[in-house]
Amino acid sequence: MEALYLLIPLSLAVVAFAVWLFFRMSDSGQFDDMEGPAHSILMDDDRPQAAREAPPGDRPR
Amino acid sequence: MPEPVLKPLACFHCGQDVDAPGRWTLAIDGQAREMCCAGCQAVARAIVDAGLDDYYRHRREPASGPSAVPPELAALSLYDEPEVQSRYVRGEGDCRETTLLLEGLRCGACVWLIERTLAAQPGVVGASVNFATERAVLRWDPARARLSELLARVASIGYRALPYDPQEREAQLARVARSLFRRLFVAGIGMMQVMMYAVPVYTAAPGDIEWQYEHLMRWASFLLTVPVVMYSAQPFFAGALRDLRARSPGMDVPVALGVGAAFLASAWATWSGRGEVYFDSVTMFVFLLLGARYLEWLARRRASRAVDMMAAALPEQVHRVAAAPAGLDEAALAAAAIETIPAARLAPGELFRVSEGERIAVDAVVVAGSTAIDQSLITGESRPVPRVPGDAVPGGAINAGSPVFLRATATADHSTLSTIERLIERAALDKPAIALLADRVAAWFVLALLVFAAGVFAAWWFVEPARALPIAIAVLVVSCPCALSLATPAALAAASAAVTRRGVLVASSRALETIAACTDVVFDKTGTLTLGRPRVVAVDAPGLGAPGDALRLAAALEAGATHPLAQALRDAARALPAAAATGIVLTAGRGVEGTVDGRALRLGSRGFVGEWLAGAPPAVGAREGAGAAASPGGREPGAGRDEGGSEAWLVERGRVLARFELADALRDDARAAVDALRDAGLVVRLLSGDRPETVAAVARELGIEDWRAGATPADKLDAVKALQREGRIVLMVGDGINDAPVLAAADASLAVGAASALARTAADTVLLSPELALVPALARIARKTRRVIAENLAWATLYNLIAIPAAALGWVPPWLAAVGMSTSSLLVVANALRLRLPARKGA
Repeated sequence: MEALYLLIPLSLAVVAFAVWLFFRMSDSGQFDDMEGPAHSILMDDDRPQAAREAPPGDRPR
Repeated sequence: MPEPVLKPLACFHCGQDVDAPGRWTLAIDGQAREMCCAGCQAVARAIVDAGLDDYYRHRREPASGPSAVPPELAALSLYDEPEVQSRYVRGEGDCRETTLLLEGLRCGACVWLIERTLAAQPGVVGASVNFATERAVLRWDPARARLSELLARVASIGYRALPYDPQEREAQLARVARSLFRRLFVAGIGMMQVMMYAVPVYTAAPGDIEWQYEHLMRWASFLLTVPVVMYSAQPFFAGALRDLRARSPGMDVPVALGVGAAFLASAWATWSGRGEVYFDSVTMFVFLLLGARYLEWLARRRASRAVDMMAAALPEQVHRVAAAPAGLDEAALAAAAIETIPAARLAPGELFRVSEGERIAVDAVVVAGSTAIDQSLITGESRPVPRVPGDAVPGGAINAGSPVFLRATATADHSTLSTIERLIERAALDKPAIALLADRVAAWFVLALLVFAAGVFAAWWFVEPARALPIAIAVLVVSCPCALSLATPAALAAASAAVTRRGVLVASSRALETIAACTDVVFDKTGTLTLGRPRVVAVDAPGLGAPGDALRLAAALEAGATHPLAQALRDAARALPAAAATGIVLTAGRGVEGTVDGRALRLGSRGFVGEWLAGAPPAVGAREGAGAAASPGGREPGAGRDEGGSEAWLVERGRVLARFELADALRDDARAAVDALRDAGLVVRLLSGDRPETVAAVARELGIEDWRAGATPADKLDAVKALQREGRIVLMVGDGINDAPVLAAADASLAVGAASALARTAADTVLLSPELALVPALARIARKTRRVIAENLAWATLYNLIAIPAAALGWVPPWLAAVGMSTSSLLVVANALRLRLPARKGA
């Protein structure tokens, strides 16, 4: 049971990290629109002909 | 790993930290400066626009306080400057009016507080706060009070008020959403983690867990609760402080007290190693209450979204035709020079151009070009409606077709969309009586609760001191005054959203209450049950042989007229080869005279054409002039026909050429609407100024038993009053313009199809799209709202009556109290949200 002396502080550290990570994501605006992405998966992602001729940039997919 | 955070920039205006560099900037003295929020940016912009940037050059220290509008600074006095006021303030003389955007509204008590504070200021004519849209309409006498002083007064009681600006509104909403969501997340994580440590303590028998481990878990719980209390619960503490400073207790006070006391007691127990800990109650309470607040905020935001969209829709600029060419044809206009000016400066009578896809800034008439317009923002219908030269278009519609040239008929401020906005805001002026009552009760309730909790604490201290504190906390926490304050606003917000979304404009919130209680619905005929657009149904042409010839001649004579009957004749002759008339002379109210194909003709009422004949034409099913009295100048000048079924005679000197019979068709959904109203238990009646035959036919077709024809406006007024004397509650449905006195006399009124003349409407509610099916829908929603409000208030009372004594007797542990209180709030809000659901059959 002495393991608790390690595990409990460790879990606190994990929680602190999770909250910090959440705040960072919130800053980047990820949670600002909760409804839009649900609809945008249904929309067409094809780019028009002209744009396709140009070499594709390294757009993260 | 990203690098550690740099020292944050300081806001140029108030000196606070800038959380989002680059988001709000303004060029001052040629250099871009960072601001911390949209509020600081707005004030800075106002300062710079008014040419007062000397302020920044000469000030000694930044604007004080976290809120961007420090009362004691000259910045607020900017709102007294005429240039700044011209953008935000309406009205002249001794009564100015402006719309303010408020921040910090929590519940009905806040609304009451702000209104009461403002009303107590000398010079304030009226102040009314709309809780759902977080706006206030303020009317004051500029000679006795300055806007800056009034804004400062609002700030001094802890709420931020700024002149309403749609961009500021968007920024404000985004800020609140983000902050609320973050707090909720932290509270949620805290709650789950603390529960994890609390469950072993609940489930273990006393003595099973060794003391040092329990101690360890208590410390962990404490560390997890600290951010929840310091960060997530901060709105409650701030609100409680504000309430105490304003000496008007709101629901934040017991919450703050409960959370604070429980946390401090548990912290003490952790440090000293003795006593119980309640970290689980604290975190659960904060999380659930924040959740309720978040839901309520979402509901309010949806309600105001409709209005916000309207506000953001009107374009700032128009493309005016610089110099109107002599010939108003498309070619000449297309070649004319175009200048871009602010929409507010376009005067009635000026020509402007709207390209495809652009929104029309002001009410106007099409001069050249034909197109289709999308009126979805006004009527809810997105199918484009065709418009040709001579047709009117409302300000706020989108030009969905090709470029057109328009002549303005109203200023931007008086155009349809602006008027709709103002009417919606003015709906807040009449608060339902029950909302006011609930607010007062809530304030007293909180005071009584605090006293009672203190008493319970003292009582238990003598009986069993160890339980005194948890029981007092439970009493504070379990009560739910917010359900009382939330019950009505939440329901009204949801109802008005539901109703506005369907195209009904509620200009007075008392209207919903009254409509719910209605027993009778009285319809006007023309323009309400009928389309208000007559059609030619019969042509009798004894003097010409072919009806087509008669139509051609009539259409030629009515070529330039705008009267609906003229339109009907032109429509009927559309397929025929056009004829041209010269020397057209219009006699208002009687007819038109002109020359076609070399023949001098007259077209108009019996009296008018009778002047060219030996006597009046034979009364071929002709009607009396009784109907004419019932249209007191509400119709445009044209041939002297009256509303509804009518006739027009075509004659040349000494000879009758033709007689046209025109009829006004019933709306398609009239029958269904009347049936639905009858099914809902309302008595439907018909009052009209038209002749008995026509009215009888309409009543028969709609199944209305009680109808009256040939009624003058005075007759209609008497009829409504007679019904009211019998104790019936009357909903009058008319066209809003001609029936103004009757609409005012009825208990509730509804205007149909008056969208184009909104400014003159005297009705409580207006149908923006001419769908009669909305009338029974409105009645149904009004009744449902009344039921929901009653349900919410009943629940709030019942819950408090049971829960508070139970807590005082010690049956409710603090964590259960937290759950109870939050669930109660959530239930009230969720019940109100039901109003937004589309109706099920039979609902």
